[in-house]
Amino acid sequence: MVIKTLDIQTIRKDFPILQREVNGQPLVYLDNAATSQTPQQVIDVIVDYYQGYNANIHRGVHTLSQEATDAYEAARQKIQKHFNIAHSHEVIMTSGTTHGINLVATGFTSFLKKGDQIIVSAMEHHSNIVPWQMLCERTGAILKVVPMNLDGELVIEEYHKLLSDKTKLVFCNHVSNALGTINPIEEIIEAAHKVGAAVLIDGAQAAAHIKADLQALDVDFYTVSAHKMCGPTGVGMLYGKEEWLKKLPPYQGGGEMIAEVTFEKTTYADLPHKFEAGTPNICGGIAFGAALDYMNSIGFDAIAQYEDELLQYATEQLLAIDGLKIYGTPAHKTSVISFNIEGAHPYDIGTIVDKLGIAVRTGHHCAQPIMDFYKIPGTVRASFSFYNTREEVDKLVEGVKRARNMLL
Amino acid sequence: MTIKEIQEEIVEEFSMFDDWMQRYEYMIELGKSLPLIEEQYKTDDNLIKGCQSKVWVHAELDGDKLVFTADSDAIITKGIIAILIRAFSDQKPQDIIDADVEFIDEIGLKEHLSPTRANGLVSMIKQLKLYAVAYQTQLK
Repeated sequence: MVIKTLDIQTIRKDFPILQREVNGQPLVYLDNAATSQTPQQVIDVIVDYYQGYNANIHRGVHTLSQEATDAYEAARQKIQKHFNIAHSHEVIMTSGTTHGINLVATGFTSFLKKGDQIIVSAMEHHSNIVPWQMLCERTGAILKVVPMNLDGELVIEEYHKLLSDKTKLVFCNHVSNALGTINPIEEIIEAAHKVGAAVLIDGAQAAAHIKADLQALDVDFYTVSAHKMCGPTGVGMLYGKEEWLKKLPPYQGGGEMIAEVTFEKTTYADLPHKFEAGTPNICGGIAFGAALDYMNSIGFDAIAQYEDELLQYATEQLLAIDGLKIYGTPAHKTSVISFNIEGAHPYDIGTIVDKLGIAVRTGHHCAQPIMDFYKIPGTVRASFSFYNTREEVDKLVEGVKRARNMLL
Repeated sequence: MTIKEIQEEIVEEFSMFDDWMQRYEYMIELGKSLPLIEEQYKTDDNLIKGCQSKVWVHAELDGDKLVFTADSDAIITKGIIAILIRAFSDQKPQDIIDADVEFIDEIGLKEHLSPTRANGLVSMIKQLKLYAVAYQTQLK
């Protein structure tokens, strides 16, 4: 297959924010794993919504409400198509990945009993640890953890050993936010299903890099946030297999999620509305659809190829710096580099490069167990998107060198 | 020197630099001269809450004056605490309680720190003042 070469300078013009300066320097935005930037095409959709057809959806008889409803439901269908989901009612619109995880974790309370087991990976984001701990507290289920090795890969043999007929749920991120590791979710899902366990995959970090085919994966739940893939904050989607979504109880009560209400009894609306109580983030949902259109117009194969090249270049250049160590060296990873310089604190490096206009993340990246594993307080994390350039990598390298000279 | 005089001295020193990189370099230098806390006092009780890098502060009376020592795992944080300790250490607890901290704004420190670090700075000042309150009560 021939993959098209991206014209990065043209793509960069789509992102107004990339033209700005920070501390008197051109912005070098390398915190894409925290949130991606928004192209004009998506910003236009947001402006159009508020200027042209802002209205509440699903209930109104008037024209604006109908237009907003059509646009919102069209976005749901774009999400369905993008992730190759069988039915649009299996797409639950959420406020983001964390909302999706909590919806499932809360819903499973009634399905679990004391002694049941839940498996999570050692490289989860706090948002994929805490809800399960809370679920275990409520039900008496036990949390088991799949360990990782020094390269930042899951020890998959240990996962297979943990699986048993007691395993009811397995949770794993598709891509680790702290290390960039792409986890072998195909194997994880298949093995879990053999013991009858359901699987939730946190796709937050994968979504901007990998176009997941959810039917092919045969995953039970998959959840993403729009803001990691050129969309706005505060909106995301939870995919659930129809059979699971029918079984799960509603997460929140309110308008939109009901069929009939009397003081004696309420009957719930059909999918997906059963899980969508209250007025949703209508504009955000529509913009999420526009973000998928935008990314697909560039093409995920081309994005992956370009980001891989950028990752390799950045890895080589950073490793040439004296005392620099990269955390997370798995065979398969996305364009994320977590690193430290021996003798320097990640906060200090982040602070100094910020003064040079370079945005990186520092800290434990909401994945404290990983930092404990490596016995470090945190890392500096540079995460690259398809709109970043080699010149920006060079600026990062220069900035880190300068920080090193100042700090050591 | 009084707290106010020391603060004015710090403000003057910082006004000599043209840009923030130079100020950071100076803060790193100050961090290296921080009066270090003894290892035995690096306990969780002496950790300042609200800082993302670790900061330990210890206070003890020397006559009627309060002396601070501290440490941090991050060097810029060490510089920040060094500035505060220079202003507040070896002073009477009541003077520390009464001192205003406008010099922090005058050197522009807060606005040039990340929000997490700025929060940490506020926590540090609060902690130094709390020590002063505690020892003031003891002195009485």
